Amino acid sequence: MVTFDDINTGDFLPVLSTEKISRTTLALYAGASGDENPIHIDIDFAKSAGMDDVFAHGMLSMAYLGRLLTNWVDQRSIKKIDVRFTAITPLYAQVICTGVVQKKDVIDGQEIIEVLVEAKDSNSDEIKISGVATINLSENRSN
Amino acid sequence: MLDTNDIGKVFDPTTASVERGRLSRFAKSIGENNSIYLDDAAAKKAGYDDLPVPPTFLFCLKMDVPKPFENYESLGVSLQKLLHANQTFEYYNTAVAGDVLTFSSFVEDIYAKKGGALEFLIEKTKVVNQKGVHIADLVTTLVIRN
Repeated sequence: MVTFDDINTGDFLPVLSTEKISRTTLALYAGASGDENPIHIDIDFAKSAGMDDVFAHGMLSMAYLGRLLTNWVDQRSIKKIDVRFTAITPLYAQVICTGVVQKKDVIDGQEIIEVLVEAKDSNSDEIKISGVATINLSENRSN
Repeated sequence: MLDTNDIGKVFDPTTASVERGRLSRFAKSIGENNSIYLDDAAAKKAGYDDLPVPPTFLFCLKMDVPKPFENYESLGVSLQKLLHANQTFEYYNTAVAGDVLTFSSFVEDIYAKKGGALEFLIEKTKVVNQKGVHIADLVTTLVIRN
């Protein structure tokens, strides 16, 4: 795990790339997450909603962003994750998650890092999710 | 159409048990390979009482009810038109397997854009565990494409 002194503004987090999203990925995520909205698993329903096909849960890509962060810092130091879903992630997307440190400050004695996070589809290079994670490295072990 | 009179509406609280098997299935479904989320011994070694609930799984536990979209449908939202626009998690403590979490939600805001072509619903949820410890706050922004 990284320490506050190791980190500089502009640093990139180790990139996380996923397997291509298949119908199986979505079926497994629907079951495991409990998000059974048929728009992600039933092509007939998706078509009735005017879509060409099912598409990935936004929260699946956000879970990948969660992995990006917890591969880098202890989960207990993550104070906030705030994201916007900017586009639908289609089937067969390979999601590439990136993070870059945009702020590093000591506030009230707390070591605060802000990371700009993004999830892109490697097929289209389009940004699907973007947002900011706030990390307090003084609370690495608080539970 | 949504009704701005529903701003402030409080939904019935729901509870969900954090089951270890469920956490394992979720970890598998998102391709997790960090042993802290997969292996009890690794989690304990890292100082957790049990397998930790990963950052976004609280959203899933919130939907762990027989009819997860019922609250939205009660406001007049149709699933065909619904998209998730924003999601915020603010964390206070980490939940672990064995916890029983209570989710208390209310409608924080409702507004329209583009002359009503897009409607926005903002729901805020407070999550506490069985000991009353504040785990997190969730803010979900949904967009309804009319």
